[in-house]
Amino acid sequence: MIIIYLIGSLLIGTGLFFNRKKALNYTLICLFLALQCTLTIYVCCHYNETSSSYFTFDSLGVIMLLTATIIAIPAVFHSYIYIEESEEMTPRSRAMYFGALTLLIMAVSSSYLANHIAVVWIFTEITTLSASALIYHHRNKLALEGTWKYVFICAISITFVFIGILFLSLSFANAGSDDLSYKNLLANSSILNISWLRLAFLFIFTGFTAKLGLFPMFTAGVDAKDKAPGPAAALLSSIVMCMGFVGIFRIYVVIANTSLLHWASLVVGIAAFISLFIAAVYMIKVKNIKRMMAYSSVEHMGLVMLGIAAGGIGYYAAILHIVLHSFVKSSLFFQYNQLYKVFKNKNIYYLGNYFKYNTTGAMVVLLAFISVTAMPPSGMFVSEFLIFRSMFEANQLILLLVVLLLLTFIIWAFAKNIFKILFIPSVNFNENTVPKINPLRSLSQFILLGGAAYLGLNPPMIFVDLIKNSIQFLPH
Amino acid sequence: MELSHINTLNLILILLETIIFKSVAVPLFLRYVLKRNHITREAEPYLPNFVSLIITTIIVITTIILSNTMQEGKLDKMFFVVALSTLFTGLYFIASRRKIITHVMGYLVIENGVFVLSLAVGNEMPMLVNLGIMLDIFASVLILGVFLNKIGDVFKNIDVNQLTNLKDY
Repeated sequence: MIIIYLIGSLLIGTGLFFNRKKALNYTLICLFLALQCTLTIYVCCHYNETSSSYFTFDSLGVIMLLTATIIAIPAVFHSYIYIEESEEMTPRSRAMYFGALTLLIMAVSSSYLANHIAVVWIFTEITTLSASALIYHHRNKLALEGTWKYVFICAISITFVFIGILFLSLSFANAGSDDLSYKNLLANSSILNISWLRLAFLFIFTGFTAKLGLFPMFTAGVDAKDKAPGPAAALLSSIVMCMGFVGIFRIYVVIANTSLLHWASLVVGIAAFISLFIAAVYMIKVKNIKRMMAYSSVEHMGLVMLGIAAGGIGYYAAILHIVLHSFVKSSLFFQYNQLYKVFKNKNIYYLGNYFKYNTTGAMVVLLAFISVTAMPPSGMFVSEFLIFRSMFEANQLILLLVVLLLLTFIIWAFAKNIFKILFIPSVNFNENTVPKINPLRSLSQFILLGGAAYLGLNPPMIFVDLIKNSIQFLPH
Repeated sequence: MELSHINTLNLILILLETIIFKSVAVPLFLRYVLKRNHITREAEPYLPNFVSLIITTIIVITTIILSNTMQEGKLDKMFFVVALSTLFTGLYFIASRRKIITHVMGYLVIENGVFVLSLAVGNEMPMLVNLGIMLDIFASVLILGVFLNKIGDVFKNIDVNQLTNLKDY
């Protein structure tokens, strides 16, 4: 099935690149969504089976694939609206956009399921290439700058991951087999050479931070989300971040079963804390709403990795948090396009009184703000609370206090800007040009936000079991 | 590590990659990029060349010291030193040069370091994966070149100082 999926989506992707007819474009993209849904159902039915020897449908892969498929459907819908209403749309740019979107979703979904670190590597590279086409969609100076930075930093970090894989195979040299699948690595974790493994983890971790949006490689992601069209930015800040997380998490599981666990959690913890600090500093001074949302993603990834570093209940909380964050942040980015349509600007200075112009959209922004800052009715409150509990249990009180202080700054900065957009009238804004926006376009955002609250507050047993299964090899 | 340890098909693949991609396709492509964008003088360093020389020497010495602390019989130290020092030199090139084309060169230097390292490690990877990796590297060079051409068209001056317009406010 996975081979059919890969070949099918590649064919659809190339078909989209070369076909400029509108009806055919949308037929093909709907066909791809059907294929994506079929794959997801197939994977759920064949839980824990291995397909084509390089893909295993394990619990982490299933959770992430479900998340990706759920986000992909509204992403295509909002892309349709975005492309059709854009003034600079040409048949060529539409074909490029949807072709790249197909390839991106395909590469991300396959990398969740891959059980071999080199296969994950190949799919990560494909996401860089397809994402660059999406970021460059507007074809202006700033988009070019953002794309260049994204491509360059991702190319270097993907090289880092490759160096990490080479060191990993060196550390594995004594095991007598050269199969670098995660399962085999885990089974032989006791005989891995520690000093090579240390180097391998450093390089792989640094490399995947470009996709995850963590210190040190987070800059590329922020620029990319700023310049990419709203629906593409939603994918970049949700499913692509999940891909970086999966890449780091799977190798972390191997490390956790060696004597390096303490050292690795220290590395992850430091990177996570610096990310939180950077996010707090930038959130206070940022004036571009899209970049503000991107920095908020950096903050949440910092929290996720703090949960991983703290261990215990933190592992569970980290996976829950990244899934909920994907839902909430993608809905915020989907909503951004409506915001831009009203104000024709993304500088917070020129935005204001949004409730008056688009009540449904303003409700989405308000609810998403409550969710993303983890205020109690939101699902992320639960996961964030569990992360703090894990830090408390790991006796990291001072760190916990500093993190809470930084989060206070972030919430203050976020609230200041969001409430300005929602309630305070902006200067020199011509109300006569405000277009009417169909409230139904916010439906998918409400569903995503509601889903995040439901999964956080009252998670179904099967979801909890899946998360528990994915962390079963980590020491408790 | 000797080349004879690698199986024939893999060896052919590696040789083809070296000859076709690294020594024919990439240089031709870069020459095209240079001509198209009228790039004449490649090196415009932030630091004087003498300082650069000292820094690269320090990089090589550090990697030699690092390789001596690694206790591993399986790997030839020579390969390790060459690979790692090439890698860090490439990173230093990227950080210290102004022209975008030099950044691409720095990236290629890093890739060469990685290639030496992968030869030193041997054929741990399955063949298909090897092929995928080579194609990926080629594709990333290609896409870097394509965007470099775009930058040349848009900015008329290929200098990283042009790329500072993305700001937070």
